[in-house]
This record gives sequence, C-alpha cells and structure tokens, in this order.
Amino acid sequence: MTEPVLEVSGLSVRFRTDAGVVPAVNDVSFVLKRGETLALVGESGSGKSVTSLAVMRLTPAPPGCEVRGRATLSRVGELLSLPEAQMREVRGSRIAMVFQEPMTSLNPVLPIGEQIAEPLRYHRGMARAAALREAAKLLELVGIPEPGKRLASYPHQLSGGMRQRVMIAIALACDPDVLIADEPTTALDVTVQAQILELLKALQARTGMAMLFITHNLGVVAEVADRVMVMYAGRVVEQAPVRELFRAPLMPYTRGLLRSVPKLAPLEALGAPLTAIPGNVPDPANLPGGCAFAPRCADVRKVVCEAELPELDAVGAEHLVRCVRWRELAA
Amino acid sequence: MPSMTPASASVDVIAAPPAPRRRMGRGVRRFVRHRLALVGFGIIVVLVLLAGLGPYVSPFNELTIDIRHRFGPPFSGAHVLGTDQLGRDMLTRLEMAGRISLTVGCAAMVLSTLTGTVVGVLAGYYGGVIGSVLMRIVDAMLCFPSIFLLLALAAFVQPSLLSITVIIAATGWMEVARLVEAQVRALRDRDFAVAALALGAPDRMIMFRELIPNAVAPIVVAATLNVARAILLESYISFLGYGIQPPVPSWGNMLNNAQEYLTSAPWLAIFPGAAITLAVTGFNFLGDGLRDALDPRLDVR
Repeated sequence: MTEPVLEVSGLSVRFRTDAGVVPAVNDVSFVLKRGETLALVGESGSGKSVTSLAVMRLTPAPPGCEVRGRATLSRVGELLSLPEAQMREVRGSRIAMVFQEPMTSLNPVLPIGEQIAEPLRYHRGMARAAALREAAKLLELVGIPEPGKRLASYPHQLSGGMRQRVMIAIALACDPDVLIADEPTTALDVTVQAQILELLKALQARTGMAMLFITHNLGVVAEVADRVMVMYAGRVVEQAPVRELFRAPLMPYTRGLLRSVPKLAPLEALGAPLTAIPGNVPDPANLPGGCAFAPRCADVRKVVCEAELPELDAVGAEHLVRCVRWRELAA
Repeated sequence: MPSMTPASASVDVIAAPPAPRRRMGRGVRRFVRHRLALVGFGIIVVLVLLAGLGPYVSPFNELTIDIRHRFGPPFSGAHVLGTDQLGRDMLTRLEMAGRISLTVGCAAMVLSTLTGTVVGVLAGYYGGVIGSVLMRIVDAMLCFPSIFLLLALAAFVQPSLLSITVIIAATGWMEVARLVEAQVRALRDRDFAVAALALGAPDRMIMFRELIPNAVAPIVVAATLNVARAILLESYISFLGYGIQPPVPSWGNMLNNAQEYLTSAPWLAIFPGAAITLAVTGFNFLGDGLRDALDPRLDVR
C-alpha cells in the first residue's frame, strides 16, 4: 500500500464565463497509492467532480476552461501535458471512470456485451469474438448471473443496480491502475448501494487498483474509504485517514458535515433536530477574502478568519487542515 | 446534489430475458398499427414486383414498334393498358420504366443519405471551425432551387443512369446533413457519449457506433422521403428531356412523350402519372410508419 499510483499537485481549474473567470478548483494536491481508496467529499459546486474530470482531461477545451498543475500517473508520466492521442490510450486502460447515472451512461441502442467488448477491442486490439468471451467473464466478475445470455441484453432490460454493475465491468475491462468513481451509488437504492460498494471493495482487493471515490454521502465514505479529502469552494479544507476524520474532525466545515448526518439515536434523543450548516456554498466567481467558509462558520472569529486564506496545516503525518483556529478548536 | 434518488427497481434482479427479437416485434407492431404505412408498404411491394417480374411474363418487348396497332386504347385486345404512338405495349413500358425510376430513386437515396450522414456527423461531432465550414457549405447548396441546380448540372453532363443518380443525390443530401448534425450535436453531450470518451474510445468509434445508431430513426425516415423526392426529380428532368433518353422508358419521359396526345390518347399520360403518384405516396406513407416504428417511446400507449 505504499507505491504511489497517481500524484496530483497544484491542480487548478478555471472556467471563463460571461460572468468572468470562475475558479472551480484551486491548488488541489493529493497522492493516491496502490490498493487504497481516497474519498473526495463536498457539497455540490465544491469542485470534486471537476477535479476528477481535469485528471481525465475531460474538461472543456482551453479557451473556455484552463487547467494548471501536474497529475502524474505511474508508468505513464504527467497527464495534463500528454498529447491527446496518448491520453486516449490512457483513458479506459490505465485510468477509468464510473459515472453517477447508470441509467444514462450506457448506450441505449447497443447490447451490453458490445459495450463491454469495445474498450477491449480498441485498447487491447482484441477480435470481436474474443472480446465478447472476455466480456462474459467480466459480467461474471461483477456478479451478473448467466453472463453468456446477458451479453445480448439492452440496457433498458436491466435494473439500476445491474446497469451499474455493467458500467463497472466496462470500466474494469482493461484492468486500470486507477478507478475514478463519481458518485457511483447516488442514483441507487440503499440496499443496492451496499451491494455495489461491496463489489467495488472486492474487486479492488483482487486487482490492487487505487480508487478515487467522489461522494457527498458520509455513510458511503465510512464504508469504503481509507483516507478522506474534504473540499469546500474548490479547495481542500481537510484531509485525514478515515477513522481520524470521523473521530476528531478539526475543520468546522467537516464537523458541520458530520453533525448533519442522521444517526440511529437512542430513544430519548429521538426528535432532536438535525444540525444543518446555515447558508449556502459561496458563488465561486465571487469568493470571500480569507477563509471561504467563514460566512457560514459557527466558530468564526471576525478579524482573524477574514484576514487571509488559511494555509493547509499539517496536524499529524497524514492529517491536514485549512483553518486558522484549529489549535484552539482541537483543545 | 440530489441525495439518494432511489432507482426504479428496488431489487437487484434481471428484467425479462432474450431481447433483440422482442424489440423487433414491438417495432413491427408499432408499424402495423399505422394503417397508412401498411398501405404504403403494400403499394411499394406491388410496384417492385411488377417492375421486377412483369416484363418476364409479358409477351411484348418494351421497344418493339408495331405501327399498325398504334394508339390502342386500354383493355382492348392483347395490350392490357393499350399502346403508345409507336404501337409499343404500355404495360411493358411502364414496368421497364418502373425499374429505372425505382432504381434511380433508391440509388439516389442511398447516395444522398450516406453523404448527408457523414457530413452531418462530422459537423455535429467536431463543431467549431470544421462544423461551421461544413454547415455553411450545406446552407449554400440549399440556397439554389434544386430544379435549377439539377438542370444546370444535367445540361453539362452526358445523361446516363449513373450520372442522373449522382446529380439527384447531389441536390438531396443537404437536408439529411442538417438533420444528422442537429441530432449528433444533441447526442454528443449525453452521458453515454461522455462515458465512451472517458473510456478512450476513438472519435470514429464514438461517431459511428455510439451516436449514429441513436439517430437512426430520423435518418431512415428522411431516407424514405428522399426516395419519393428522387423519383419525382427523375421524372422532372426526364420530362424536360435531360434525363433518361428515349427509346429507354422512364415514367418521366413517358409523360413527356404523352403531352402531344393528351386529348387524343389520354391514357398515355394517365398511366405513368399514376405510377409516379403511387410510388411517391407509397414512400411517404412508409416514411411516416417507420418514424413511429423506430420510436420506442411510443410503446407507452
């Protein structure tokens, strides 16, 4: 678990819009090691999906969108400066992606067997028949019964959970080193969610791939992640191993997130209101000076917090936090 | 962020087994429900059978001149649909003309649909400079009234089956290109197209394997309407004397020959006119039916 597979440093993404330049992601750095799962947590608009799209080089073309920084994939090199033709070979073979909506991410008019076989054909150069045989094996791997018969099915004949299994089979077809899962269970039922999470964990144990797991669901984080990175308004605000983050969150935003999750409480506590974080995510085109979370923070100290952007401080070997008051708050 | 919208199915099980045949079956049912489409399909089958097999059954040759029996009215004697000004059998001529008109119609349709689809998918998928240039060419071509364009081209080119087909296709691919461009531009941003990109699929794979199959319904409909249009255009130019050259018959040049005898032998004009009308309406009805048959959303009813 020590060999770094993907190293992202100083990643920034800016969108040029009519309203001006919108910094969607600011100076994000992280390391993903072989066999580990890093969860990327945050509200809508916090930049977590844009981060993953930037690593895949799937953000819009340059005049409208500007990506800076480095993303180094082991045995390939720096992705952000790679020529498009080589990037195409990397996508789907070394680094693959599972999307949120299994309903719309599969082509409605192609049988699923063909869709699983496709990446094998263009990345591995396999013939159609061989790729279809491999597709049947992959379907079995993701727990679909009678895989041989399923190959001819169309997406609309499968349930949501089945479709997400097919998406996973497609993503894993070429045995990638890194799997980016962008809210893969958000659109599914709770029971199916658990099955998909178990499947992803089992497949990870088997192949040793690293996972970047994007979610806003802290229950899912506790289930799958080894480490957690919390993003707010395009910046990393806290990063820690999953146990440490749940036990001792330092950034007030992380604390707020954890408090706003419904828990199974003892009977006498039933009816106690959930604590929501007041306010909304700030407009990324118009961020407040200083700490971006200050306007919504319960522990805000007017002058200190709004003076300048806090640094990402190292609390321990693996725990980083962006808050000027973390020492006081931890005490 | 939408929180946990439950999927439509609550249990992770498989829906109904074997697929492609049922899908086909539903398409056929939607088509059959469309009465006019069935009529259109029937008309086309009859016309194709007549044109294909009729001349083998007929005792007459379409080019044999028999001056003694000229202007024979229909349903009199051996010539079922009468004879023309040179005593040639009308039925056999109509059938042979059908071969040419239907062949030109279908070949022009294939050619214009292919050209239009390729231009449209390239313009829609790449957009930007490539898309703008291609679509401006399409707009420019659309500016010319197609009959003028057709006659101008036909005046310079030696008339033959092939050249007429190519000329008709050259004036008919622009609508298909526009249609496909709009479809592809909308489909390109759909999740499955982005997912294919995230898997490292080459552009041609995304265009022709992911996007085009999703746009097949409107393309097929446009194609059937194009057949009707091509048959009409072939008739126009043959009627105006630039198309299929006598003595080889086409529905258009049969009409052309008939105009002098409109009062004395009206059947010379009525039969080829009716054949053109039947074929065009047949293909139009077929197009309507196919539009319904290829749209799975209509299954809900």
